[in-house]
Amino acid sequence: MMRFKGKVSHKFAESPLLELRMPPWRSRLMALLILGSFVVLIGRAFYLQIVNTDFLQEKGESRYRRDIEITASRGRIADRHGDVLAISTPMKSIWAVPPAATLTAEQTRQLAELLETNVQQLARKLDGERPFVFLGRQIPPAVAERVAALKLPGIGQDKEYRRFYPTGEMTAHMVGFTGVDDKGLEGVELAFHGQLLGQPGSRSVIKDRRGQIVEDVGSIKPPQDGQDIRLALDSKIQYLAYSHLKQAIADNKAQAGGVVVLDARSGEILALANWPTYNPNNRESLTGSQLRNRAVTDTFEPGSTLKPFTIAQAMESGKVRFDTIINCAPGRLSIGKATISDAHPHGALTVAQVIQKSSNVGAAKIAAMLPSQKMWEMFDAVGFGQVPRLGFPGEVSGRLRPWKTWKPIEQATMAYGHGISVSLIQLARAYSVFARDGDLVPLSLTRVDSPAPRGMQVFSPQTAREVRAMLEMAVQPGGTAPKAQIPGYRVAGKTGTAHKLSGGRYANKYVSSFVGFAPASEPRLIVAVMIDEAAAGQYYGGLVAAPVFAAVMSSALRTLGVAPDAPLEVAPGPTKSPILKARF
Amino acid sequence: MARLNVFLLLAVVICSLGVVTSQHKARQLFQALEVQQERARQLEVEFGQLQLELSTWGTAPRIEKIAVEKLGMHTPEIEALPLAAKPAGGASR
Repeated sequence: MMRFKGKVSHKFAESPLLELRMPPWRSRLMALLILGSFVVLIGRAFYLQIVNTDFLQEKGESRYRRDIEITASRGRIADRHGDVLAISTPMKSIWAVPPAATLTAEQTRQLAELLETNVQQLARKLDGERPFVFLGRQIPPAVAERVAALKLPGIGQDKEYRRFYPTGEMTAHMVGFTGVDDKGLEGVELAFHGQLLGQPGSRSVIKDRRGQIVEDVGSIKPPQDGQDIRLALDSKIQYLAYSHLKQAIADNKAQAGGVVVLDARSGEILALANWPTYNPNNRESLTGSQLRNRAVTDTFEPGSTLKPFTIAQAMESGKVRFDTIINCAPGRLSIGKATISDAHPHGALTVAQVIQKSSNVGAAKIAAMLPSQKMWEMFDAVGFGQVPRLGFPGEVSGRLRPWKTWKPIEQATMAYGHGISVSLIQLARAYSVFARDGDLVPLSLTRVDSPAPRGMQVFSPQTAREVRAMLEMAVQPGGTAPKAQIPGYRVAGKTGTAHKLSGGRYANKYVSSFVGFAPASEPRLIVAVMIDEAAAGQYYGGLVAAPVFAAVMSSALRTLGVAPDAPLEVAPGPTKSPILKARF
Repeated sequence: MARLNVFLLLAVVICSLGVVTSQHKARQLFQALEVQQERARQLEVEFGQLQLELSTWGTAPRIEKIAVEKLGMHTPEIEALPLAAKPAGGASR
C-alpha cells in the first residue's frame, strides 16, 4: 500500500464524509429493501429451477433434441420352400402443405411430370385451403429423390411401404392383399395380420444445425419387424392346380371353379386355386366375383361326393356290409310325394357298386336304414355345417339343418348330397377320413414341421379302408370316373354332379365336382375340384372335374416324388368305359 | 501456493481439451456408425428387392413358358419314365 505524507488514513466507517446526520431508519429501510429484493430473486429462482423445471428443460431440449420413429417392415409371406409370395419394399409418399407451397408455374409442371399427373389437377390441389394434401402415394424412391432435388417449398415426403406379390393372380386368393396403409384386407394378409405387422421403434437424438444426428440420448426402442409367415402352400403345386383349373374352365366354358390340394398326412393346404381371380399387384378394376375365395366362402350342394359318408356310416353301424345287395330297380324310389331317380336305372347292386355306379336310389335306401340323429352326428363330425376356422375372411359353415327337422325325403336326398351345402375346402377335408384311417385331419395354412396331428376319429380304420376300396372302384372302368385315373398310381375318388338351385328350384345348371386321393395304397394327397356351370356340353363330374383332378394329382405326385404304387400301364381310353351310363 | 495454482490451472486446461477431443472423436465415430447403419438398412431394402426380383423371374408360369417355347422341353409321357427299383423295406406297394 502506498502511503502519502500529510494525509491521514481512515478506515471507511470512520470516514469524515460519513459524519452526516441521517436518521438511522433510512439505512435500515435500505437494508430491508435490498433483503426484500434478494428474497424475490430467490423465490424466482426457486420457481424456475424447482417448480417449472420440467417445462423449461423440455423447451430447452426441443432446440436440439428430436424423437425419431424407426419404421418396421411388414413380415414376408413365403411358401413352404421359402419362395416369396408377398414382400414389402419402401416407397415414398409425397405431400404438400398448400398454404406454404407457393410454386411457380414451371415448378408445378416439373412436379406434375415427375408424379405423372395432370398439371391442372396438381395446381388445383396446391391452391386448395386444406392444411395437408397427399400428392402421390407409393412413389418409387428414385422418383422421390428427384422430387426432393427440386427443393420445392411446402412439399415433403414420408417413407411408406408397398407390398408386392410376385406370384400375382396365381396365389391371389390364398395370400390376399393389404391396403395402402399396410393393413391386411384379404386372405393370409388378413388372417395373420397380427403376426405380420411390425412395431415401429423410436430413438431420441441430438441434431446439429445442419440436421445431422450427433448423439443418441435416452434409451433406444428398437423396431420390431413383422414376423415372416411360412405357408404350407407349395407354389409348384399351386401353379399346377391353377393352370389346370384355368384350362378346364376355358375348355368347358364354365363360370367359376376351384381346386384344393391337401396333404393327407399333415392336413396342410398345399394349394388352393380359384377362378375367376385377380392380380393383387394391380387392383384398379376389381369385381366382387374376382375377389371371392370360392373354395372357402362359397357353398354348393355337393351331390354324389357325399354318398361315401352315408355308406360309411351305415357300414359303421353294422346296417350293411360292402357286399350287401341293395335293390335299385327300377331306378326310381318314391318317398312321400317326391321321387328319387337314377339317370340310368340299375338292378340289384352291392353297396360297393352303389358307390361305383353312383346310384341315388341305392344311397337313399341305405340312408333310410339310419336314424337321422346318427347321420347328422356323422356329417357334423366330418366338419359339415361348421366354420373351418382357418382364419380366412368370409369362411362359411355351409348348411346342415338340425336332424330334428329332417323329413324322410330330406334324409334320402342328403344321402346323395342334396339339401345340404358345403364349401370345397370342407369337402376336401372331410375326405381325409377315408384317406387316413378314419380320422379327420385338422387343416393348416402354415407349414407343419412336427409329426402329423391325429384328428378326431369318425370311422373305424376298417370302415375307412373298405370305403377307400369302393372309391378306387369308382375310378376304374365301370365306375363313374375312369378319367380320374393316373398311370402308375392307384387312385380313389368320387364324382359329383349337382343341379344348381336357382330361385328355389333346381335349374338346368350344374356344379361338377370330383374329390379323390392317391396313391390309394398309402394316401398322400387329397385333391378336390369344383367346376361351376360348365356350358360346353359336358357337365358330369366324371367328364368335367375328373380330368382336372387327374392332371393336378399326377403332376403333384410327380413333383413330390411319391413312389408309384401301380404298374405303369396306359390307362384304358375313355371311349371304352360306359361313363355316360351313370349319372350323379 | 501460486505454483500449485498454476499447475492445477494447467491440468484443468489439458483435461478440458481432452474432453473436447474425445467428444469430437465420439461424434465422428457416431456419424460413421450412423452411415453404416443407414447402409445396412439400404442393403436390407435391396435384399428385399432382389428377393422380389428373384421370385418374379422364378415364377412357375415363366419357367414353363421358357422351357416349352425356348428350350422345346415337354413333360415325358408316362411310358417313357424309367423307374428306379425301390430299396428293400421301402414304402408299401
